[in-house]
Amino acid sequence: MTERLFTWTIWLSAALVAAALMWVIGDLFSLGAAHLSLDFLLSAPRDAGRSGGIGPILVATVLIIGVTLTVALPLGLMAAVWLAEFTVRGDALGNAIRLSLDVMAGVPSIVYGLFGNAFFSIYLGMGFSILSGGLTLACMVLPVFIRTSEMGLAAVSDAWRQGASALGMTRSAAIWHILLPAASPAIGAGIMLGIGRATAETAALIFTSGYVDRMPESLLDSGRSLSVHIYDLSMNVTGGDTAAHASALVLIALIIVFNLLAQWFTDRWLHRRQLA
Amino acid sequence: MNKHHTSPFTLGSVDEAQPCCVPAPQLEVRALSVSYGDRKVLDTVSLDIYRGCITALIGPSGCGKTSFLSAINRLTDMLPTAKVEGSVRFDDEEILNAGVDTLQLRRRIGMIFQKPNPFPLSIRRNLELPLREHGVRKPRERSERAEQALRDVGLWNEVKDRLGSSAMALSGGQQQRLCIARALVLKPEILLMDEPCSALDPMSSAVVEELITRLRGRYTIVIVTHNLAQAKRVANYAGFFWMTERVGKLIEFGQSQRLFDAPTHALTRAYISGVSG
Repeated sequence: MTERLFTWTIWLSAALVAAALMWVIGDLFSLGAAHLSLDFLLSAPRDAGRSGGIGPILVATVLIIGVTLTVALPLGLMAAVWLAEFTVRGDALGNAIRLSLDVMAGVPSIVYGLFGNAFFSIYLGMGFSILSGGLTLACMVLPVFIRTSEMGLAAVSDAWRQGASALGMTRSAAIWHILLPAASPAIGAGIMLGIGRATAETAALIFTSGYVDRMPESLLDSGRSLSVHIYDLSMNVTGGDTAAHASALVLIALIIVFNLLAQWFTDRWLHRRQLA
Repeated sequence: MNKHHTSPFTLGSVDEAQPCCVPAPQLEVRALSVSYGDRKVLDTVSLDIYRGCITALIGPSGCGKTSFLSAINRLTDMLPTAKVEGSVRFDDEEILNAGVDTLQLRRRIGMIFQKPNPFPLSIRRNLELPLREHGVRKPRERSERAEQALRDVGLWNEVKDRLGSSAMALSGGQQQRLCIARALVLKPEILLMDEPCSALDPMSSAVVEELITRLRGRYTIVIVTHNLAQAKRVANYAGFFWMTERVGKLIEFGQSQRLFDAPTHALTRAYISGVSG
């Protein structure tokens, strides 16, 4: 009897979670799918977004994510390598950095927005720009990415480090050719978490990349991200709901595409490194 | 001087071989001590490792045999708390000096670990990566040397059709032979083996043991083993380590046959006959 109850509870919980997700997506589909068209994806918004499309907004979103990844990936990987390979267990500096990363990972995004506004937009004079927004998101994504990659590296067997060392290989060769490829599933997961967080971000971008919905001409132009667009349509524009739902559908599709790309990229990289 | 001299070198090229087991020291170890932090694990060990011979180190677990091996190829450098004292001369050059190029040293002194540790790469890349790291630029030379090393360990026919697939898919015994090939591909002079058969099933273990005896003469081999019968079968020289007051010491060292047949020290006699340890 209890066994059956247990089984039912497990099934029910899983079904509830799946149902919630289906509800959200189904809702978006029924309210926004009719509005979707190629023209919607390519044209500029008109009448504050009530009509027209999201062309410039898609471009701005991709540019912001691009800036974020360009900065966060190399910096994050190197930081993770330092934490995992160059600090001794129990090292005070390493532990202090780990602790601050964990705290930073939990800081609300609005705080990153204020920091980005004060530092990148005002102090460094970048103003409201895609660059400023992308850098702010990089700060936000880094802690999670570093910690995930570090844990991936730490889980790599010590036998390979010893083996590489005993063959007279340099530390950098061992890290580049053996340890990083072995940790690449974790690194890939870190990238996906980061992309997900960055694509969904609104609060940190309002203060940094702004909400101008023109087509951006450079990284120093202000640009409105999809999430900011959705926020604006649903909060500030009466009659913008349909466009908001359609934009939300595009946002979800975009996150899926980014994740697939990241997965494909890490798989390919892993494969090339390991089986060449 | 020993019956193995006539054993057929069916694997690898015979002409490159040194005269088998020259009674001339290639490594002279003097008063070698190893400690980790405050804890001394090996105390003033002195012995000679003879060129082309197989030297077996026996004794109970934890008596410093692995630390002895790690000190010789300076793998102890990887452990921040490890401290090595004394002297190890390799062909009349001190290798414990701070200025020694450890990458070169480890190319000349290869090491095989207890648990096979092939890299999670393809079989080919396992062999070619170390070569590339040691400056072998020509892909052709790399693949020739990889093939030779695989032939030397008798693995070529088993894997030649799947060099591009992952080394992790090989069986335990094949993995260990691949690791030996990976060490041989760098043309080392000495091979340190830390219980190379203990993680293998009996059949794989026998194959690896046969391989070790075939490497005699071409390479100087130092092997740590808990298998006394194996030590007796393969070794020309043997050293017996024992732990007194938690510190490892070399109790007796000499020609293997003599050490096993007529040990001079009471502890050796007891250990060999299975009374203690």
